Amino acid sequence: MRMNALIQRVRDLRTRVAGRIALALAVALVAALVGSGLAQDKPLDKPAEAPAAAAAAPAPKPDPGGTATGGIADVPAKEAGKPTLVEVADAVGHNKVSINVMWTLLTGFLVMFMQAGFALAETGFTRARNVAHTMMMNFMVYAIGMTGYWIMGFALQMGGLGAIGTMGGAGVLDHEFTISLFGKDFGLWGLKGFFLAGSTYDVAVFTLFLFQMVFMDTAATIPTGAMAERWKFSSFCIYGFFISMITYPLFANWVWGGGWLSQLGKNFGLGHGYVDFAGSSVVHMVGGVTALAGALVLGPRLGKYNKNGTPNPIPGHNIPMAILGCFILAFGWFGFNPGSTLAGTDLRIAVIAVNTMLASASGAIFAMCYMWLRYGKPDPSMAANGMLAGLVAITAPCAFVSSFWAFVIGAVAGVLVCWSVFFIERTFKVDDPVGAISVHGTCGAWGVVSLGIFADGTYGDGFNSVQGTVRGVLYGDGSQLIAQIIGPITNFVFIFGASYLFFKVLDAVLGMRVSAADELEGLDVPEMGAHGYPEVHGPSTIVRGLAGTAASWTPAVPAGAMTAERSR
Amino acid sequence: MKKIEAIIKPFKLDEVKEALIGAGVVGMTISEVRGFGRQKGHTEMYRGGEYTIDFLPKMKVEVAVPDDRADKVIELIASAAKTGSIGDGKVFVSTLEDVVRIRTGEHGDSAI
Repeated sequence: MRMNALIQRVRDLRTRVAGRIALALAVALVAALVGSGLAQDKPLDKPAEAPAAAAAAPAPKPDPGGTATGGIADVPAKEAGKPTLVEVADAVGHNKVSINVMWTLLTGFLVMFMQAGFALAETGFTRARNVAHTMMMNFMVYAIGMTGYWIMGFALQMGGLGAIGTMGGAGVLDHEFTISLFGKDFGLWGLKGFFLAGSTYDVAVFTLFLFQMVFMDTAATIPTGAMAERWKFSSFCIYGFFISMITYPLFANWVWGGGWLSQLGKNFGLGHGYVDFAGSSVVHMVGGVTALAGALVLGPRLGKYNKNGTPNPIPGHNIPMAILGCFILAFGWFGFNPGSTLAGTDLRIAVIAVNTMLASASGAIFAMCYMWLRYGKPDPSMAANGMLAGLVAITAPCAFVSSFWAFVIGAVAGVLVCWSVFFIERTFKVDDPVGAISVHGTCGAWGVVSLGIFADGTYGDGFNSVQGTVRGVLYGDGSQLIAQIIGPITNFVFIFGASYLFFKVLDAVLGMRVSAADELEGLDVPEMGAHGYPEVHGPSTIVRGLAGTAASWTPAVPAGAMTAERSR
Repeated sequence: MKKIEAIIKPFKLDEVKEALIGAGVVGMTISEVRGFGRQKGHTEMYRGGEYTIDFLPKMKVEVAVPDDRADKVIELIASAAKTGSIGDGKVFVSTLEDVVRIRTGEHGDSAI
C-alpha cells in the first residue's frame, strides 16, 4: 500500500515538474518572438567599407492608413514615376478590363457554390436511403458537365460570339454557323473553342468559359432533383454529357451567343430581340423542361400514386439540410445575376443585386402565406421552393426593372410555383420530388415574360445591337413582349423535344430506371456500393470488423485487483 | 426474478429513470421503438398532402428485478410515466429464467 502511495507521489511530482518545464519553455519562446519583433526595425551595424550605399537608401515608410499606397509610381512607364499620357490611358484601359475580368471570375465562383446548394436541397428533400446516390448525381454533374462543356459545349454556344466587349479581347470567337431564312441570318451554333484550344487560349475567352460553364452546370443539375430516387446512375452519367454538349449550348447560342433569338430585334424589329439577362430560360427553363421530359420517361416513384391516381406525400428526410441548400442557392444568385453584366464597372450591378434579393424575399413570403392560408400550415419546403421561384423569375428581368416590379415578379412566382407543383403532381401526375419542374420550368417562363411587361427603360442601351434601352409593354414597347413569348415557346419545343427523344432512346438502350427491388430497398447500396448513412443501419456493421484483431483481445484480470481499484 | 418491459412516451424517460434509480434499481436498458395502441397514429401535412403516421415513437425501458421488488417497481414506473392522456403506454411483466453477469459469471439474483 505504501509502495503504491509512493509511486503515486512520484507520478504527481513528475507531472508537476514536467508542467513547470513546459511553462518555462513557453515563456522563453514568447519572449524571443516579441524581442525579435521589436528588434526587427533596428538597423544592423554596417561595415565601414560601404558608407555611400548606406547613406543613399532611404528608410522604408509604413502606411497604416492606406492613403499613401499606390500612386503614379505604379503606372507602368518607361521612365519610372513619369508616365506619358498614352501610358496612363493604357493603364486605365487595362485596369478597367481587370476589374471586369475579376468580377466575372469571382461571381462565377459564387455560382459554382450553387452546386452545393442544389446538392443539399435535393438530398434534404429526398429520403435517407438514397442520400449517397442523390449526392453523387449532384456531385458528378459538376465534373461531367464541365468536361462535356470544355470539349464541345462552350464552342457550340459561344464560338461565334465575336469580341467580348467588357473584356477587351481579340474577338477570337468568330465562327458562327448561320443559315439564311426570310432574307435574314439565323445563327444556329458556334464552331470555335473546342477544348479551348488554338486561338481560343486567351484570357478573355477563359474568363467567359468559367462563367458560362457554371451557368450550364446550374441547368444540368436541375433535373437530378426531379428524377431522384429512381434514376440509374450509369444512365445519368450519359445524360450529363448530353445536356452539356448539345441541348444547353444550342439554346444558349440562340440567346447569348449571337444566335437567331437574340437577333429578332435587329432582324424583325421585335424590341431588342429575345432578352434573357441571366438565364430564366437559358438556364432554368432548360433545366426544368429537361426535368419534365426525364420525369415523364422515368415514371413516378413506387408508392407515389395510388391505384385511383391520388398522390401520396413522400416527405424529405432532412428539412434543415434542404433549407441550408436553399440559402446557399440564394447566396450564389448574387453571383448569378449581377455577374451577368460581365463587368464590375457596369454599376447597374447594384440594382441587379437588390432586385434579386427582393424577389427572393417576396417569393418566399407569398409561397408561405399561400400554403398557410390554403392548407393551415406554413410548409417549410414550399417556402424554400417559393424563394427559389422568386429568384428564378427575376433572373431574366433583374437588370431591367425597378425594385417594386422585382418584388411583384417574385411574389407572383411564389404563388405560381405552388399552383404549378399541385398541377404537375395531381393533374399531370408527374412525380417531382423537389418541385424542380415548377420552380425552374414554370417560373423561368414567367420570368422571361415578365421582362416583356415590366422592363422600364432605365438600362440596356444597345442590347443585342438594338439602339435604346429595354422596355416592356407597360413602358411603351409591345414588340418586346412578343419576342419574350417566342423565346420560351422555342425553348419548350426544342428542349422538351430533344430531351424526351434522348431519354427514350437512352431508356431503350441502357435503361433509365433502377429495378423495383433496388428502389424499395434504397439506391445507396445497389448503385453506390454503400449506405450514405452507414450507422443508421446498426452498430454491428462497424463493430463486426474487430473480431480476431488486436482490439478484441483484453488481458485476463485477477478478481482481487478489480476490488482493490474500486476501493481506493 | 421478473423482467419488466415498459413502453412509455419518449419525454417521460428521464422521470422513469430517476424513479427507478431512487428505488434502488441499478441497471436498465432502453430502446427506441415505434408502436400504437388505441391511440392510433396522427396526421401530418407535407406540401399540401396529408399522410398518417401509424407507428408513433416510444421508448421501451427494460429492467430485471427480484420477485419481491417487482410490484413496487411496476407502480413506480406507471406513476412516473403517466400523463393522463392516451398514448401513455403499457408495462409488460414476465418471469426470467436466469440472469448472468458477463464479467464475473454470476447467476440469478446476485447478477441483478
